[in-house]
Amino acid sequence: MNKIVTLEEAMCHIKDGMTIMIGGFMAAGTPEKFMDALVEKGVKDLTIIGNDAGWPDRGIGKLLINKQAKKMIASHIGLNPEAGNQMNAGALEMELVPQGTLAERIRAGGNGLGGVLTPTGVGTIVEEGKQKIEVDGVEYLLEKPLKADIALISASIADKKGNLYFNKATKNFNPLMATAAEVVIVGVEKIVEVGEIDPNDVMTPGLFVDYMVEV
Amino acid sequence: MNVKEIIARRVAKELKDGDVVNLGIGLPTMVANFIPKDMDVMFQSENGFIGLGAAPEEGKEDLDLVNAGGQPVTIVPGGAFFDSATSFSIIRGGHVDATVLGALQVDEKGNLANWMVPGKMVPGMGGAMDLVVGAKKVIISMTHTAKGKPKILKECNLPLTAAGQVDMIVTEMGVMQVTKEGLVLTEINPQYSVEQVQEATEAKLIIADDLKNMEI
Repeated sequence: MNKIVTLEEAMCHIKDGMTIMIGGFMAAGTPEKFMDALVEKGVKDLTIIGNDAGWPDRGIGKLLINKQAKKMIASHIGLNPEAGNQMNAGALEMELVPQGTLAERIRAGGNGLGGVLTPTGVGTIVEEGKQKIEVDGVEYLLEKPLKADIALISASIADKKGNLYFNKATKNFNPLMATAAEVVIVGVEKIVEVGEIDPNDVMTPGLFVDYMVEV
Repeated sequence: MNVKEIIARRVAKELKDGDVVNLGIGLPTMVANFIPKDMDVMFQSENGFIGLGAAPEEGKEDLDLVNAGGQPVTIVPGGAFFDSATSFSIIRGGHVDATVLGALQVDEKGNLANWMVPGKMVPGMGGAMDLVVGAKKVIISMTHTAKGKPKILKECNLPLTAAGQVDMIVTEMGVMQVTKEGLVLTEINPQYSVEQVQEATEAKLIIADDLKNMEI
């Protein structure tokens, strides 16, 4: 099956109102070309799941500046003032999640788990509305899984089967999100022939990948 | 020596050979400058690696290698990259020996508030909540007061980052340990008197019998 598509073909899958996971951490490992294409396409009312709100001119930030999100689930939004402004004005619903909890919720979503129990957030406002479960005398919060319609992730190298390799600190949320969405679209810096990536070096197996765009 | 350097130098003395350490953004980052060269301390960066090194030379920045604040950094020999789930396995799972964080408020029960001021500043908690819950030792490094107002309180009134997780507080005035009995002042900067430190602190300080001068 050919997984390589054009940028336009890839973006056809993204529609108004969808829930989209976007990989990266402060734009490192974010598929930047997809951000630009979404701004151009103008899809709106998105629920965006990502670590952070990026920068005003890089990463997820571009979508927020263009007011394309109705909700964001993230751990940190402090380096993009627009995110806070929209949240304070009531234009953007913001669910702030501890970073480790966000990673585990996405992992749970992709792993067929009903949630995770974490001590993080106990005794803080993060516990509001959540079930508390005591295990062997320790209190944990039940954090529910996250899934998405689409995951937009980035990889440094992919082979034509979709086996992915992430360079340096670009790994972050990308391998997790690859497991947790109906359709996984990867912006790849370099696509190589099958066999050119040693199976030992594959970081995300190609079975998780639906489409790839060389960017 | 400026106030921040005093604090960073004292915190650096808490770290031991072989430690895995996570430093928060801002003042805590300065701690790395004062680790003795012959000591093997590995810094963890929650965006996905261990072996956080200095800023790269100008022109050698790599967009694939940034710290948790999105700034270009380097990785030292022996470092390793990983995804965010593994990063927080390290953090939440108790594999970080010490974390050094700033605070808006900290109180005598070891409660910490450093992630939001309702209605004013809501940057999000990032990895801070996981770090304070998971790290073996939580060190708060901060200036003793903010605009003359105490930050070390009887009870935090800002939303907490975590309850009862802080182990010690290092400021330019001294070093305090969080104990069941309350905050114990164990070291004092000789530029200040005990009375001055207490005056700048809302919580009642217990003065250690063997109160020492702050090592810097």
